Amino acid sequence: MRIEAINATVHFGGYSALTGVDCAVRSGEMVGLIGPNGAGKTTLMRVLADLQPLQAGEARYDGRCAHELARGELARRVAFLAQGGEATWPLRVDHLVALGRLPHRRVFSGPSAADRAAIEAALRSADVAHLRARTLGALSGGERARVLLARALAVQAEMLLADEPVAALDPLHQLSAMALLRSVARGGAGVVAVLHDLTLAVRFCDRLIVLAGGRVVADGPPSALTDAVLSAAYGVDVVRGEHRGEPFIVPWAASKAGA
Amino acid sequence: MSGAPARAEAYWPLAAALGGLALAATFGSLLVGYVRLDVLAALGDIAHGRPSLPALVLVQLRLPRAALGCAVGFSLGLTGAAMQGLLRNPLADPGVVGVSGGAALGAVVVFYSGLAGAFSLALPLGGVAGALLAALALYVLAGLGAGTMTLILAGVTINSFAGALTALALNLSPNPYAAYEIMFWLMGSLADRSLPQLWLALPLMLVGWGLLLSSAPALDALTLGEDTAMSLGFDLKRLRLTLVAGSALAVGGAVAVTGAIGFVGLVVPHLLRPLVGHRPGRLLLVSGLGGAIALLVADIAVRLLPIHPELKLGVVTALIGAPFLVLLIDRLRREA
Repeated sequence: MRIEAINATVHFGGYSALTGVDCAVRSGEMVGLIGPNGAGKTTLMRVLADLQPLQAGEARYDGRCAHELARGELARRVAFLAQGGEATWPLRVDHLVALGRLPHRRVFSGPSAADRAAIEAALRSADVAHLRARTLGALSGGERARVLLARALAVQAEMLLADEPVAALDPLHQLSAMALLRSVARGGAGVVAVLHDLTLAVRFCDRLIVLAGGRVVADGPPSALTDAVLSAAYGVDVVRGEHRGEPFIVPWAASKAGA
Repeated sequence: MSGAPARAEAYWPLAAALGGLALAATFGSLLVGYVRLDVLAALGDIAHGRPSLPALVLVQLRLPRAALGCAVGFSLGLTGAAMQGLLRNPLADPGVVGVSGGAALGAVVVFYSGLAGAFSLALPLGGVAGALLAALALYVLAGLGAGTMTLILAGVTINSFAGALTALALNLSPNPYAAYEIMFWLMGSLADRSLPQLWLALPLMLVGWGLLLSSAPALDALTLGEDTAMSLGFDLKRLRLTLVAGSALAVGGAVAVTGAIGFVGLVVPHLLRPLVGHRPGRLLLVSGLGGAIALLVADIAVRLLPIHPELKLGVVTALIGAPFLVLLIDRLRREA
């Protein structure tokens, strides 16, 4: 599957969140969406998930508009993980994860064997199987984030759009969640993840899209994430290096004016 | 939220048990009344087509009261659960979108205009018209694409405006007796209802129930917020329209016949929510059955209490409901 945003333009009141954004993501690749706070990352994710009304432009799914797809098809093919999700009611973890199967469910029918298998697999991959009988409110922020990731994985979609999936996680679970997302991509699905950790972004993603001020300022392999791009987008100077053949980037100080 | 592991629940046995209790309460309601009635003999008369007084009492007096108690209670419990799920707020009640205020006003207008005496169905018809007008006003005020907050604000507006107009009708009432009659009707009761009233309200309620129950998966999905629900393929505009129309029909039909009966739709979903693992979709049917049981039991109590004139049902549900709400507040405070 290929999702494109074409000239995506979104205004909130007088503020423009996205201006003429063009980008495309496809199955089998792991894309990191990075940029400073307020750059429009969440808005772009919502555009790609067909959740965001646009002032101009459109999102296309394999070349078709969302309304040209059969009802429910988009929900089965594109999973969306909202940022910092909360549950209104204290549902059990396994019941929450099971919500990911709703697009596959027929009216008035219970979960099928495939549904149950998908739920189990999602619980295990996100390392929350042992929490299945707890409620979300009784979990830590990081455990909660993994449960919600499991909910999105349970959809078994061709494309997973995850808004800050690792922001609340401890270092070990950040690494395992990124490895999990990459394995989802290697398994043939597409993954787009909004990330703040630059090292995770360059280590785990096949491609990085850098947003700043509602525009795409860079789009390419992690090697293209130069100091100049980072300084222009974030206003920071970074320290970078390599460890066991893999790159790392550590934000170090605010860029000097005019840098 | 509870820190303890959520209880494993058995949904269908629970629904079956509540359904059985609701049936038993309906039958119990048939047995209770101010005249002694041999129900079995009356049933025998009905079966043999013998027109007898006991048969008449059973069919014309007891049956409408019991059946309406069951249906109205089901409507209130179901709509309360649906509204709490839609608005993702445990304080929502069936009247939150303004339909019960509208139904009450519609009936009061009928009282006030003197049409109530003209024909027996004038009152419930006025109530239904008021509920539908309120639902219409909701969409004029909030618009089809309205978000949840807009919907609540519009509902509050309609409720207070309908309340003001109802008070105005009392204020300008031509004679004290009319005001008295309106006030008593507003308290809510199942006494002296007739079969034609049941036949008027039941079809509306049935359609309303269908709309509300069909929204179960969407309400489950809403647990994780509007974006997640939309990404799971649910059209929230359609969901809001379905639920507002469903509650207008279910609660509008109910209030039109019985007057406003409070607390059932607010308290019953709260009591039953832990038993279905807090799943909003599964709460719907269970809460409807719980509402039916609660209202029937209250209506039986009203008739068994040695208090005359008979206490109004709405007064009794409020008297019982408020302490329950205090218990719930206490539980929430301890869990917080």
